[in-house]
Amino acid sequence: MSQMPDPAGRPVCPECAEPLESGDLFCGACGHDLADLWSASPPAGDRPTLVMNHTPAAAVQWPSAPGTERGTDRSDAPGRACHAEELPVLESDGSRLPPHTGDFELPAPAPAAARIRGGEAAAVADTDPTPPGGTPTDAPGTGGTSGTDSTAGPGGTGGESATGAAPGGGSAVDPRTTTPVPGSVPVGPPAPGGGAGAKLCVACRTGRVDADGYCENCGHAQPRERDHMERELGSVAAVSDRGLRHHRNEDAFAVSSAALPDGSPAVVAVVCDGVSSATRPDDASAAAAASADESLLAGLERGTHPQQAMHDAIVAAAEAVTSLAAYPPSALDEPHRHQNAPACTIVAAVVANGLLTVGWIGDSRVYWVPDDRGLPPARLTEDDSWAAQMVAAGLMNEAEAYADARAHAITGWLGADAYEVEPHTASFKPDHSGVVVVCTDGLWNYAEGADEMAGALPDDAAARPLHAARVLVGHALDGGGHDNVTVAVLPFAVPPQAAESACATV
Amino acid sequence: MANLSKSTAPRFSVDVYQNEFLPEGGREVNAIVTVTSTGGGTTGGVPLPSASSASASASSAPSASAASAGPSPDAAVVIMVDCSGSMDYPPTKMRHARDATAAAIDTLRDGVAFAVVSGTHVAKEVFPGQGRLAVADASTRAGAKEALRRLSAGGGTAIGTWLRLADRLLAPADVAIRHGILLTDGRNEHESADALRAALDSVSGRFTCDARGVGTDWEVKEVTGVASALLGTADIVADPAGLAEDFTRMMENAMGKEVADVSLRLWTPVGVEIGFVKQVAPAVEELTGRRTEAGPRVGDYPTGSWGDESRDYHVCVRVPEAGIGQEMLAARVSLVLPAQGGGAPEVLSHGLVRAVWTDDLAASTAINPQVAHYTGQAELATAIQQGLDARKSGDADGATAKLGRAVQLAASSGNADTAKLLSKVVDVVDAATGTVRLKAKVADADEMTLETRSTKTVRVKK
Repeated sequence: MSQMPDPAGRPVCPECAEPLESGDLFCGACGHDLADLWSASPPAGDRPTLVMNHTPAAAVQWPSAPGTERGTDRSDAPGRACHAEELPVLESDGSRLPPHTGDFELPAPAPAAARIRGGEAAAVADTDPTPPGGTPTDAPGTGGTSGTDSTAGPGGTGGESATGAAPGGGSAVDPRTTTPVPGSVPVGPPAPGGGAGAKLCVACRTGRVDADGYCENCGHAQPRERDHMERELGSVAAVSDRGLRHHRNEDAFAVSSAALPDGSPAVVAVVCDGVSSATRPDDASAAAAASADESLLAGLERGTHPQQAMHDAIVAAAEAVTSLAAYPPSALDEPHRHQNAPACTIVAAVVANGLLTVGWIGDSRVYWVPDDRGLPPARLTEDDSWAAQMVAAGLMNEAEAYADARAHAITGWLGADAYEVEPHTASFKPDHSGVVVVCTDGLWNYAEGADEMAGALPDDAAARPLHAARVLVGHALDGGGHDNVTVAVLPFAVPPQAAESACATV
Repeated sequence: MANLSKSTAPRFSVDVYQNEFLPEGGREVNAIVTVTSTGGGTTGGVPLPSASSASASASSAPSASAASAGPSPDAAVVIMVDCSGSMDYPPTKMRHARDATAAAIDTLRDGVAFAVVSGTHVAKEVFPGQGRLAVADASTRAGAKEALRRLSAGGGTAIGTWLRLADRLLAPADVAIRHGILLTDGRNEHESADALRAALDSVSGRFTCDARGVGTDWEVKEVTGVASALLGTADIVADPAGLAEDFTRMMENAMGKEVADVSLRLWTPVGVEIGFVKQVAPAVEELTGRRTEAGPRVGDYPTGSWGDESRDYHVCVRVPEAGIGQEMLAARVSLVLPAQGGGAPEVLSHGLVRAVWTDDLAASTAINPQVAHYTGQAELATAIQQGLDARKSGDADGATAKLGRAVQLAASSGNADTAKLLSKVVDVVDAATGTVRLKAKVADADEMTLETRSTKTVRVKK
């Protein structure tokens, strides 16, 4: 193979000239220690693991930001009088969201409800959710299809070994080493031919990777597909990472776009967080994300109101997760948890016709960050968690509730053992452009308040959503990465006349 | 021929039971590896590139339908019968040994090569003689039984010579399974312990052997030592009248074997130390020291021959520390067959032992039920042996403590057979706490039975 120093392409032992197998630590004939031989062959050592199964043609294409970079909406801001508090809101049952403190501040729904029910979608039919500066890239699998087109990062095994093992061009794609400096993220296409050669272990750089995905030398698990996933689809992007403390990624996401019956585009992001104390949480989150996405697309394309489509999608996701419990658990490999049915949270956002619709069960969240950073950001979801319930019931203040060990116990989830599934949905009609951040608690644990989330989000998030998603994942990893981190960034752009009319009615 | 769809060799499956989760800083990984071989006993013979086996399987066709487990003509068996002078005290012992041998010969399937050896301070061929093996059929079986009548007791006991003769007889046979059955009633008094050990070393790996002690005048450690070295079973037949039944069962078991010389292969990554490897079911058998290197970081442990059966192994390795969230392969366990004619060994099946570091205490502190069970079973065997040793050396307190612990373990793990044997040696006051009193009088047979069967384990109820 190409990394062999022997000109004939067949490596031989420097001691006895016995032909060697790639990855041998010792000569099969004389036992000569071959460590020096391999370490002296940089082509193998320099090959970033990132490139496994990865052809150069499929390399991530960054939007060509410079020049057309929009930065923020501030230039458009003058004249706008709308604030986050004025975001019109509609709960699924028409009722007000429960009273709350902190940054979850949404106004009374009454005026907005009428407008939304009035089907004024047509009024904003020409809305293009793509930010003006960002040319919608024709990402793989565009157009109604969903998916988790993934890119395995070398950081999958985590720790110093992985970081140290990425001297090549691929390292910068690892969010652990990504610096949140706009414009500094390099494109990470692998060296041509890099993916075709030996799969060297990312941990020891010596052994090859066996069919089971472990190093033949040091035994370390290799990054798996779900350890680090990225996807960019037109104006929406999502990144999911295993984090630094968990051995696998139990989060899942789906981003997709659809065309409404009138031809206007709709963009969908779904994020799910598997419940670790249950069996096969990774399967649960994957099933929920895929089925919710599929249901949303189908509903939107049929012309269902986004809020109804959202409700249906969460119900569909719940059914998908519940059906997983029917399969016998792969059981005995995890005996301490084989009692629990697969379970996960779900949160989703749809941007269509100037309407932002969110839906959720569990403690995954949606944040709204206006492009005009002078305007206040907001959290648009209310956790199904013990702490949130305590606060909502007035039994504790937020600080007390979140300091409690039970704070993060969720009170709502998808799964066979869930109580009655009651999807929470809400629709908003923002009158200014902004970015919707859809994330799991692996991110919001490190940026809980809406202001903190806005602070972590790059200013050019609307123009470069994938970059923004990577930066947010990096924020969580820098904070400790104690959980899987998944974030979808969904820019929301208001067409000028729609914005004016919305403002006028408030 | 209903089994045409089946493969001709047994299929091996490997299941690994472990808690792969380690706490931060955790290094020890324990796993129970269950190996199950199926299909072998019902396939009607293993075709091998030898004319004799081809003709043998053809001739065995009639009995294939008659025998419940199907024939295994590709085997050779030597029965070694103790004919030392003590076998005449009482005279019924020799008669029962003859009857048992005859019963074993009747259990031989057509086509199986066999011989009978009489053992004293020297070993003599009883049937067929001239260093040959007979091929089982109606006439050779009759001839062998006729020859048994001429057996008489007289002389000493030198088990090593019996094993060496059996090896000489079995070696030329062109068969897959080579097996011995050894019966003794006395101590190995006419050769040194070193001579027996040397004999075992020289024949080990060349054939498997079951060993039986009849009466109560034999040495448990000698009989279990032979069975252990030659990967067979050991047991006591305290009453000679039970010999025929036991021999029949042993031979049936031997006839069910299909694949010989199977090794348990353990691959470990760099930096991983082997704690131990032992068989834990159906009986405890320490294998750690019997490793033969098979390549870098690869070692083979002998398991002997297999029929339709299932065995459990306990593998304990120590991995290098790694950070939370890391995962590694701690060991790969496979079953391998030696290469036919110098090629690469055939890997029959394999399983993975993993290590995953987590800060989830609920995950890392859980003990796998299989691991817990067999850890207890191994301790049970050790407690019995130590307790009986202490009792023999007059250490009543030590014996009471060890046997009490054994009673407790046998009760909690549901090993009813061992609990029953223990109750013949100690009076059980409270099994749950392990409170016992040593019995003042214990029959030799009961003590020897307990010692011989101390390593028998029960499996986890699933």
